[in-house]
Amino acid sequence: MRYQHTVGGRTYAFDGLVDLMARATPLRSGDVLAGCAASSDAERAAARWALADVPLSTFLSEHVVPPEDDDVTRLVLDTHDAAAFAPVAHLTVGGFRDWLLETAAAPGSAAVLTSLAPGLTPEMVAAVSKIMRNADLVQVAAATSVVTAFRSTIGLPGRLATRLQPNHPTDDPAGVATAVLDGLLLGCGDAVVGVNPASDDPATVRRLLHLLDDVRERYDVPTQTCVLTHVTTTTDLIAAGAPVDLVFQSIAGTQGANAGFGVELPMLAEAREAALALGRGTVGEQVMYFETGQGAVLSADAHLGTGGRPVDQQTLEARAYGVARAFDPLLVNTVVGFIGPEYLHDGKQIVRAGLEDHLCGKLLGVPMGVDVCYTNHAEADQDDMDTLLTLLGVAGCAFVITVPGADDVMLGYQSLSFHDALYARQVLGLRAAPEMEAWLDRVGLLDERGGVRAVDPATTPLAALPGTASGAADTRDERP
Amino acid sequence: MSDFWERLRATTPSRVGLGRAGTALPTRAVLEAGTAHALARDAVHEPLDVDALLGPLRDLGLGDPVVVASAAPDRTTYLTRPDLGRRPAAPLLLERTRPDLAVVLADGLSARAVAAHGVPVLAAVLTELAAHEVALSVAPPVVATQSRVALGDHVGAALGARMVLVLVGERPGLSAHDSLGAYLTWEPRPGVADSARNCVSNIRPPHGLDHVTAARTIGSLVAGARRLGATGVRLKAGTTSPPEVV
Repeated sequence: MRYQHTVGGRTYAFDGLVDLMARATPLRSGDVLAGCAASSDAERAAARWALADVPLSTFLSEHVVPPEDDDVTRLVLDTHDAAAFAPVAHLTVGGFRDWLLETAAAPGSAAVLTSLAPGLTPEMVAAVSKIMRNADLVQVAAATSVVTAFRSTIGLPGRLATRLQPNHPTDDPAGVATAVLDGLLLGCGDAVVGVNPASDDPATVRRLLHLLDDVRERYDVPTQTCVLTHVTTTTDLIAAGAPVDLVFQSIAGTQGANAGFGVELPMLAEAREAALALGRGTVGEQVMYFETGQGAVLSADAHLGTGGRPVDQQTLEARAYGVARAFDPLLVNTVVGFIGPEYLHDGKQIVRAGLEDHLCGKLLGVPMGVDVCYTNHAEADQDDMDTLLTLLGVAGCAFVITVPGADDVMLGYQSLSFHDALYARQVLGLRAAPEMEAWLDRVGLLDERGGVRAVDPATTPLAALPGTASGAADTRDERP
Repeated sequence: MSDFWERLRATTPSRVGLGRAGTALPTRAVLEAGTAHALARDAVHEPLDVDALLGPLRDLGLGDPVVVASAAPDRTTYLTRPDLGRRPAAPLLLERTRPDLAVVLADGLSARAVAAHGVPVLAAVLTELAAHEVALSVAPPVVATQSRVALGDHVGAALGARMVLVLVGERPGLSAHDSLGAYLTWEPRPGVADSARNCVSNIRPPHGLDHVTAARTIGSLVAGARRLGATGVRLKAGTTSPPEVV
């Protein structure tokens, strides 16, 4: 199908949905790299007009990535809920934007949007996001509610949870424990205490799993722990009796990109079944944790869609959420600025992408968090992260990633500090997950206004936490 | 409070126990982080001193080192066009000696890292392999500029190597401007998937991995890859590479 629109006296034609979606996308370096970006602002504007006129139902028949080549497309089509789609089935992309904003402004919007989610496809939400301004992305996301639970409840209105990310360059247990203590003292870790191991060696991963589990049990912290290693390693460790709360995997929006991660969809189903069988959740049993990020598919050179054309990175990212929701995750986050300036060049592009990812995930019914982050080779700095965090706090983001002093000393990038999460909670009136809030109160860290009390760590029950590492780590290699 | 953190800071280079100004970071912590960011950004843009590497490389006894350039002509292009950093500027004129192992020292995103750790790590790997009587032929080392990991696939393919080891500067973090990564790839050829590599990262003594420990892991990966006839997720002694770190 050809699409066209005239602006400024010139008619622009677009050869199919793939081309139209790409050229309607706000400028970003990854689409330029892929060769699919609009060649001028006027062409981008024309593409948006043409995209606004596309009926939503078109996305069910004209595929961005052919189902015969790609199991992500097949998964999305096979699980599409036509009854849930019915309320918006008559709308165009432009009409859908208006409908979303009208719904967001009306009472009861969360229930309406929750029941709509199974009727939407990633391509539909990607398309509508392309003709939304940042304020629209924030407003509709704020009206959407996705609540999940394991030992804590994530995504409740008025709450902002955090992943405490205590990474260490050599996976040193004492160093990891010290960072965990730092984060807990600042009220962080209610979404997950999750380590990216420097080594994928199963023995190291297992040592870290035991360390985090020992700390959690000893201090009765109502959260879940995770060591973010390959899904097959986690499946093996579950079989070997390691204390696994959550199964982690990086995923992306095409079969080829997932293959680049060494992942096939049945592996995720198998790992999920294994984790569910452990029955470790207390207030819920969602056991999957996924990370995604715009650019991952292009970086795996698996980004070509219908007609061999490059698909834009934001549409591909939305397709990753289509994968995630099929496995009923507890947590999903885009690692938005991690991948580098060849995909998101500067602070403006990172902020925009973070808001798009957040909205698209939530509209699809995914419990969406964001790693608000950047690298030292991007044209961005901590001020840009402050901006994105504030916008996401307003948008009702489920959780953000936090590391000591915003500096991840293992992965070599900057995210948010524990302090940044306290800032967002304070200025926006947001609170920790309810289970975490009760725990903070029990250990004397909750102040009378719901904030986190500044205390001398030596006087808290947590003071002995780093000692857990020496007890925990030394003997673990001997376990069967 | 300061005594409490003083002891614990020895366990991690993380910025722990920074204190608070209300909910925010105190002034000192903000200025320190800003300064570290400035230094890291400068490290990204610093060029590799190729000549300084050649002598020490020659002393390893692997033959005369070869210098190649990627298709990215400058740093700005390198940063926004990773495709150019993954392929050579011109066809590689390397003698097809079919070695067991090819070695590439690449600037990546931190020339400082490969300048500081490249030769010592390679020397330690050779010692490690010799100590375990792993008999294998190693090609003369290649130094690659404006280079990403996948340029090593072209080098390995041109040499007809069974494996390529790329020692590359990782992207600078706030606290680590000189961290080296080592990527091992079996049967290198253009188009190899990232999941088919193994990686040892954060080689950066004294805070990250020291050279000998890194070399031990690399050595076991080399030996494991030969046994398995593959690198990647099936070979789990190091880490599989996160895509696009360099």
